[in-house]
Amino acid sequence: MKTNDKGAAPRSMLRRKLMIGSAALALSLAMAPRPGLAQSPPTSEVNTTGLAVTDDTVTVGILHSITGTMAISETGSVQAEKLAIEQINEMGGVLGRKIEYIQEDGASDWPTFAEKAKKLLVQDKVAAVFGCWTSASRKAVLPVFEQYNGMLYYPTFYEGLEESPNVIYTGQEATQQIIAGLNWVAEEKGAETFYLLGSDYIWPRTSNKIARKHIEDKLGLKVVGEEYYPLGHTQFNSVINKIKLRKPDVIYAIVVGGSNVAFYKQLKAAGIDMTQEKPIVMTISVTEDEIRGIGGENIEGAYATMKYFQSLENENNQEFVSAFKAMWGEDMVIGDVTQAAYLGPWLWKAAVEKAGSFDIDKVREASPGIELTTAPEGYVRIHENHHLWSKTRVGHAKADGQYEVVYETTDLMEPDPFPEGYQ
Amino acid sequence: MFADYTWSELGSIFAMQGFAGLVLFSVFVLMALGLAIIFGQMGVINMAHGEFMILGAYVTYMCSNFFQSAAPALMPISFFVAMVLAFFASGALGMLVEMGLIRFLYKRPLDTLLATWGLSLILQQTYRTIFGAREVGVTLPDWMMGSLPLTDLVEIPINGLIVMAITLSITVAVAIVMFRSRFGAQVRAVVQNRQMAGAVGIDTEKVDRFTFGLGCGIAGVAGSAFTMIGSTGPSSGQLYIVDTFLVVVFGGATSLIGTVASAFTISQAQSTMEFFLSGSMAKVLTLLTVVGILMLRPQGLFVLKVRR
Amino acid sequence: MTPMLTSARKTELIGFVIVAAVILLLLPAVTDAFRLNLVGKYLTYAFVAVGLVLCWGSAGILSLGQGIFFGLGGYCMAMFLKLEASTPEATSIQSTPGIPDFMDWNQITALPWFWEPFHSFGFTLVAVVVVPAILAFIIGFAMFTRRVGGVYFAIITQAIAAILTILIIGQQGYTGGVNGITDLRTLLGWDIRTDSAKTILYFVNAFLLLAVIALSMAVRSSKLGRILVALRDKEDRVRFSGYDVAAFKIFVFCFAAAISGIGGAMFTLQVGFMSPSFVGIVPSIEMVIFCAVGGRHSLIGAVYGTLLVNWAKTSFSESFPELWLFAMGALFIAVVMAFPNGLAGLYTSHVQPLFKRFGRKSAGRSAASGTETPAIAE
Repeated sequence: MKTNDKGAAPRSMLRRKLMIGSAALALSLAMAPRPGLAQSPPTSEVNTTGLAVTDDTVTVGILHSITGTMAISETGSVQAEKLAIEQINEMGGVLGRKIEYIQEDGASDWPTFAEKAKKLLVQDKVAAVFGCWTSASRKAVLPVFEQYNGMLYYPTFYEGLEESPNVIYTGQEATQQIIAGLNWVAEEKGAETFYLLGSDYIWPRTSNKIARKHIEDKLGLKVVGEEYYPLGHTQFNSVINKIKLRKPDVIYAIVVGGSNVAFYKQLKAAGIDMTQEKPIVMTISVTEDEIRGIGGENIEGAYATMKYFQSLENENNQEFVSAFKAMWGEDMVIGDVTQAAYLGPWLWKAAVEKAGSFDIDKVREASPGIELTTAPEGYVRIHENHHLWSKTRVGHAKADGQYEVVYETTDLMEPDPFPEGYQ
Repeated sequence: MFADYTWSELGSIFAMQGFAGLVLFSVFVLMALGLAIIFGQMGVINMAHGEFMILGAYVTYMCSNFFQSAAPALMPISFFVAMVLAFFASGALGMLVEMGLIRFLYKRPLDTLLATWGLSLILQQTYRTIFGAREVGVTLPDWMMGSLPLTDLVEIPINGLIVMAITLSITVAVAIVMFRSRFGAQVRAVVQNRQMAGAVGIDTEKVDRFTFGLGCGIAGVAGSAFTMIGSTGPSSGQLYIVDTFLVVVFGGATSLIGTVASAFTISQAQSTMEFFLSGSMAKVLTLLTVVGILMLRPQGLFVLKVRR
Repeated sequence: MTPMLTSARKTELIGFVIVAAVILLLLPAVTDAFRLNLVGKYLTYAFVAVGLVLCWGSAGILSLGQGIFFGLGGYCMAMFLKLEASTPEATSIQSTPGIPDFMDWNQITALPWFWEPFHSFGFTLVAVVVVPAILAFIIGFAMFTRRVGGVYFAIITQAIAAILTILIIGQQGYTGGVNGITDLRTLLGWDIRTDSAKTILYFVNAFLLLAVIALSMAVRSSKLGRILVALRDKEDRVRFSGYDVAAFKIFVFCFAAAISGIGGAMFTLQVGFMSPSFVGIVPSIEMVIFCAVGGRHSLIGAVYGTLLVNWAKTSFSESFPELWLFAMGALFIAVVMAFPNGLAGLYTSHVQPLFKRFGRKSAGRSAASGTETPAIAE
């Protein structure tokens, strides 16, 4: 194989250049439907490792929970990935091949995720997998992807502390998401005291750890309380009383899932008016998707720091939002993770076309530096560490369930999954 | 932790914490009352109890949507209409389930556990198919949100007051039905001695059906009330099931007064510990205490003396 | 009475041989490496189901917390494997090399004391069996000596499962939290992730399962087993006859816990991680359902029940991801309503009479062998 590569080097270099050109062309034409790409290289050249690639199709996997407790969150990601795949197919597919997908249900159960991931890689030989949502499910499938050399596009904002050659992280890692928001609330709102709150598992705990370090060491401000409740907890009156006692400027809440709904409803009922100057409620876990369950009137006035809000005003996003609604219904809302999931197939397509091959190793090699100018969130680029350079925004929740973007970092935030000084 | 506060601040915090405990107590009673009837009186382990609650919540959701679009003027009372509908919807489903499933299993209580577990899977997937996998947001009348400020610090959540009021009325209603009505006398007779009750002319099958329906109906009301404080999604019912069973068992399954007493004990313990400890540890300690006491006193707090 | 017992024993032995043939010959012959690994995973649940047959079917103790013991066994094995994977060289990027990665993320700088003994493989093997048994003893001692039984026992075990799950998730620095203990690679230097290793582990697992079934059969056919059945049916009479009922219940509960622990450890080895999702209530109930589908009185049935439910779950969810919960729910209801004794009940009521009809001719021979074995039956 190696000698083969060497022999073919000049030609494949040429091809690669061509491919970059055509990828850029395709991207610059945005999502306008286009007839199939003229050239479609022979399967033996673009697929040397026996993936499920034929002369006109390539098979990928979608692996999310569509049953169980996580189905609430993961449905949006499935929809976004299917939309992206359909749009890519309308443009002529990838290397002249239509994308077909095999969807598997992780059933909110981590061993099931591992089982299905293995099935997708070993039995179906998919060229890429778009999937997972919780950290636990990603941790469960990670060894499978590393062993069978698959490629996973993981959409969720998460705690960092990971950098796998077999995963492209299309969501933000914790420092990207947290630091900009804390800086903003300290500078713009003059916040001095913080109460950290979260559901009891790794993402909220790690995020709050980073938040605490940043608040205390970098900003020189004060954390007046930190607390965790079991996943699925529905009674927050006691902690709300504690918050009232400590009178923090900012309630920094990383509550997830069904607890979210309970927390915000009870917060509002307890007379904490988020539309007032203080206390400010800031979250990194409530996207527009979650607000549907919480009810816009219950969370009006809270701030969220993420990289994407449905209300972002740019052309890419307007097209994306209308395409998403056209496919899945007018009443759909789109949250940060849904958008990140949408990036997955596009980033994969760009990498495949840059590499001129579906081979996992070549796609991985081609991935760092891949740019997407058509991303709904704006411009993104894959970092050497497989995370995305992206901007971070602060949104202000409105009663209609949408966020109004009140702040946006001027530069792209560098992904830093193993942040120095935050450990 | 209290050194920095004045007495009045402390006083108001404790008042609010006491109120939070009372709200939790009401929530527990509401959750457990239906199950106490089904499990305590009939011996049926209804693992689908949470799903009956969520049915009530979905009824409330549909009802509030209906009022919003068809009769916005009547919105303020929509919640109470929804609650009544929730009672009948869950109750009717309960009676259907009793007819089709439960009545064949009275002699095998542990098997009801498996069958109702299967039922809960089916119900969850039904909700998911009809309402989508995402949680739905239930719009409540404006007057039910927010709080009544008493002093600067003490604010009474209105939804907490409503939950308490609902709990009180349901409890009183159940007490009247069970202890003052002919139907209640029949239920108690069947619980204490089925053959004998049958022999004196009580239609035990009919009593069973209505008892099960009543329990499920109360679950529906509870679900409807919980749209004020919790989430409504296909699998939200699962969040309540362990707590609910513990409350009923801790109270001594056959005693309705026991259920109320146990809800009070557990809620006060939990809310006090939550205040002094972190949330997860408070939950663990509460459960451990309950299990510990149950090991010492396996029959629960209150026991109905029945000759077997 | 005696000839009946022996013929029951004979069918049980035949069943044992058949199940051994299915697990050791048929399944490896007809499935590829990937599916065989799946079957291996399912068979680890069969350990729990076999334990439940003893507990629930024989002794009438329904535990809704068997996942606790499965999980504990699995965690013991996972701790050993994780320590092996966390060599100072492999973890050199951490601020404290040589401890598991999740501890490092949680600012733990030294290995906690209860992790220390898991450096030893021998200790781990013992712990896989003993740790679940000890916890079962504590629970059993507290409950059975106070005569807690039936539904109460079921619900208390459920609560204990809930407590343990919250604890494991909450103490993530020591336990890996909700992610569990992941990324396990080698066992004493042997890479357990390769296909060949998985096949070997499958057979190790299969032999262990068969050994456990044989042991359970011995328990059931001993005097102890018959006392268990007696106390299931009329506990008071057994007590009045002078037996210490609690001791027998505690024994069988501990035994079931220990074999569940073996199942958990084999699960960890074959799947490569352990997570708190096994300790919880849902898996515990599912395991009871495997046992019920197989037939709560049949040790062999438990194996088939586990295989059937899991196979159904996997294939339903592959072909109808949106609908498989309906099918599963319907299956549980159908089993309870129509086949209360599960697959084993179907066999005895429908299949066995067929055999009997065809087997009339050989009746003489089986009667002859019946007279030879009363000593064993006694």
